Amino acid sequence: MAATGVTDTVLRLADVSKSFRVGNRTVKALDRVSLRVRPGMVTGLIGPDGAGKTTLMRLLAGLLHPDSGRVEVLGLDAGREHLAVQAILGYMPQRFGLYEELSVQENLDLYADLQGVPAAARPARYSELMQMTGLAPFTGRLAGRLSGGMKQKLGLACTLIKPPRLLVLDEPTVGVDPVSRRELWQIVYGQVESEGMSVLLSTAYLDEAERCQEVVLMHEGVLLGQDRPQRFSDRLAGHCFLVHGERENRRRLQERLSRSRGVIDAIIVGDRVRLVTEEAMDEAAVQERFGAAGSPLSATRVAPRFEDTFIYLLRQRLRQSGRDSAARIIRPARVSSAGGEEVIVVRDLERRFGTFRAVKNLSFTVRRGEIFGLLGANGAGKSTTFRMLCGLLPASGGTLRVAGRDLHTARSRARARIGYMAQKFSLYGGMTVLQNLRFFGSAYSLTGRRRKERIRWVLESFELEPLRNVVSETLPLGFKQRLALAAALMHEPEILFLDEPTSGVDPLARREFWRHINALAEAGVTVLVTTHFMEEAEYCDRLVIMAQGEVLASGEPEQLKRDAAGRGLAEPTMEDAFIALISSHEQREAA
Amino acid sequence: MQRHHRLFSAMRLRGLIRKESLQIIRDPSSIGIAFFLPVLLLLIFGYGVSLDARDIAIALVVDSPDPLTTSLVSGFQRSEYFAPVSIPSIQEAEEAMMRRRVDAIVWLREGFSRDLLARGGAPVGVIVNGVDANKARLIEGYIGGVWQQWLARISDARGLDLQVPVRVKYRIWFNPAVRSRDYLVPGLIAVIMTLIGAMLTSMVVAREWERGTMEALMVTPVSIYEILLGKIIPYFILGMGGMALSVSMAIFLFAVPLQGSLTALFAASALFMLTTIAMGLFISTVADSQFVAGQMAIVVTFLPAFILSGFIFDIGSMPALIQGVTRIVPATYFVAILQSIFLAGDIWSIFFVNCAWLAVMCAVLLVIIRKKSHKRLR
Repeated sequence: MAATGVTDTVLRLADVSKSFRVGNRTVKALDRVSLRVRPGMVTGLIGPDGAGKTTLMRLLAGLLHPDSGRVEVLGLDAGREHLAVQAILGYMPQRFGLYEELSVQENLDLYADLQGVPAAARPARYSELMQMTGLAPFTGRLAGRLSGGMKQKLGLACTLIKPPRLLVLDEPTVGVDPVSRRELWQIVYGQVESEGMSVLLSTAYLDEAERCQEVVLMHEGVLLGQDRPQRFSDRLAGHCFLVHGERENRRRLQERLSRSRGVIDAIIVGDRVRLVTEEAMDEAAVQERFGAAGSPLSATRVAPRFEDTFIYLLRQRLRQSGRDSAARIIRPARVSSAGGEEVIVVRDLERRFGTFRAVKNLSFTVRRGEIFGLLGANGAGKSTTFRMLCGLLPASGGTLRVAGRDLHTARSRARARIGYMAQKFSLYGGMTVLQNLRFFGSAYSLTGRRRKERIRWVLESFELEPLRNVVSETLPLGFKQRLALAAALMHEPEILFLDEPTSGVDPLARREFWRHINALAEAGVTVLVTTHFMEEAEYCDRLVIMAQGEVLASGEPEQLKRDAAGRGLAEPTMEDAFIALISSHEQREAA
Repeated sequence: MQRHHRLFSAMRLRGLIRKESLQIIRDPSSIGIAFFLPVLLLLIFGYGVSLDARDIAIALVVDSPDPLTTSLVSGFQRSEYFAPVSIPSIQEAEEAMMRRRVDAIVWLREGFSRDLLARGGAPVGVIVNGVDANKARLIEGYIGGVWQQWLARISDARGLDLQVPVRVKYRIWFNPAVRSRDYLVPGLIAVIMTLIGAMLTSMVVAREWERGTMEALMVTPVSIYEILLGKIIPYFILGMGGMALSVSMAIFLFAVPLQGSLTALFAASALFMLTTIAMGLFISTVADSQFVAGQMAIVVTFLPAFILSGFIFDIGSMPALIQGVTRIVPATYFVAILQSIFLAGDIWSIFFVNCAWLAVMCAVLLVIIRKKSHKRLR
């Protein structure tokens, strides 16, 4: 074996393909992927759900065999020598298998036994890991009783119990609160520096790409590129601007820019719109080219972000495969004209499960035509709040009114005024698109010509017409989510509840989704949305930030960012605000 | 670079067994299946289900009472099988039968004593509710028994030559008390152990798949033998605990006699326990959710053990095809062993033949499981 071949590569994939059968369809999870990962650094595997990240990681852990091509881990063939690979590799699956009935210490003991860590070496390693993860005070606690972030840190500690040469982490930060996320990153970098460990980490959060030293971009099983994140971002230097409309509100401005020629991306950030253009230009050129007659705009050039390049590459790829339909945006009928009236009123809402208070002292109001967000990590109490508002769960205390009623006790006519899109795909997977729409139309008591009209409208507006006879469960995730939204809009509700509507979908689909939501809000529909994506909070008119069942802050996104993180930071992000709120909350709790 | 990798390490196996034991102790459902369920089933079957008929309500209709009929009536009253009521007319007795207050009517007509003494025999009218055919046959037999005993007594006492149909002397072997409980309870133990072994094992493996713990285990240096042994050993011990509890209840609570030796009982139980755990592991190679595993365990192991093992229903009276099916139900062999050990003693010919069958099935299952289990995802 040549000495040089080993030292500069910890992982090599050569022309690797892997397909799965789903029903009677074959899905290409990986399509002729070749890549090399260099030692002693953190390499990020970035892509939306369905990009093939998990399959790739399972291949190199020897849990799957490639259909063709070769997977080499630290010079070993991962397929044939999987036991030897597993002895030197640390792999943390997406849902790390902690035994919830076992305590923190017992989980550590188990993995120390399985990894063959000698008894004499354990005390030192345990205390090091516990200190690093901040779990030292909780060693006696059952793993099932830990918070999401703590579970994830314990999973990482178990994986690191015998320092592996290559650490493979599959979406370690999904659904974890921003504080724990930051801590996880610190632990990973600590390992790279102290042990010289090589790390491959996958994530669907694009903002995390900038924390990696090198990035591998994937989409639908295909490798889009591999480079340093800065180099990816630099490609679009001079293409990125923050734009403010003098006479247009941000939503109309975003919608107009999204449809303009020469625009790669336009998203709402606070009270402005972030614009990425196809060509590099200066601020004056942007103002001239995109300022419409009667609605001038001011533009400020900003530094490109990793996400900009990702969107750019995705659009390019779709264009090459002829799928870049500049998605049509729905035109909903106007449901109300009068604004300002309070549609949702929540006062001192509380929900207990046994002695556990999932939601405490929650109060907020939502006005007609507003997009209102509940932002928080998994376990913050968002879904519980949501179920109470929709009338699916009775409140333990406090009052809540949706369109003047408590939906838990209201009759079905009151419920007909709301639309609900659940977190998980909740349509009938075995039925076709059209059958689902017919069923949901009937469920909302639409009949005859009216139902036909509405079905025609949603099929057309959501571009589902060509897919009308496709069985729903075989649709790609983005289309499923579009169908779910379509079903929730069949009966033209005045109020729309969206529970984590975009989790897992790719950034293009997420953008398109929010354009639909913006159009609905413009037509007077009130939208209540839960999310754990910090950047999605930017789309909301107002929001509350929740943690452990409590409201930490509420207000407009711009104001929240300024209030919480203003000092010292020039351009605070929603995540900075969130972290500042959490830490001041913890200080208050401790005091 | 290539390291020598051992397929077996005591440290890893110990870790797995300790983990499994802690899970068993802390998860109420495992303890429930292993200890609560046997107690519940044994109580239901021990007390509730009995194939014997006792205290049967019968109507006695005597058209013209005299000392002779009174002595026959008292014969029925003394019998532990009957709870007789005297009803003056046959019409009322039939009415009572219609209302299900009595299950049978014994009718001594006008002139019964006269005919009996004069002609040496007299007809007795017997009407039995035949809805439950099994019970009807029992009642018929019991009434015949009381009648014969009475006839014999009368003829001896009076020196008459009455027509006593046949004088039968009964001796019942192996279950002298003729208590159905004595053979139901041992058979039930086989059913319970099938449930513990197959259902519990298949569900805990499926739980590891469901919760993602299996994937985390797979990427450690643990070998497939250790994973399998890490399941077999703890659930074997748990299952034998459930077995010991069931046997104790059978002997001490239900007073089922144990004719054979504890050693034979233990040896056969250990073999059967291993077989049912192998069935559980086999199910878990196909089922990847606890729900599916539980359903499969009930349909594939529990129901056959219940219906086809000869525990309640006699295999000899099943159609040939079904009899063939009973041969591949492991519980069939174990029920045969248990019933012989409890009721007859250590009959080595029965013991070894049935144990051999169990051993063959167990070995076949273990080989299939080894072939189907990989450190790979499905």
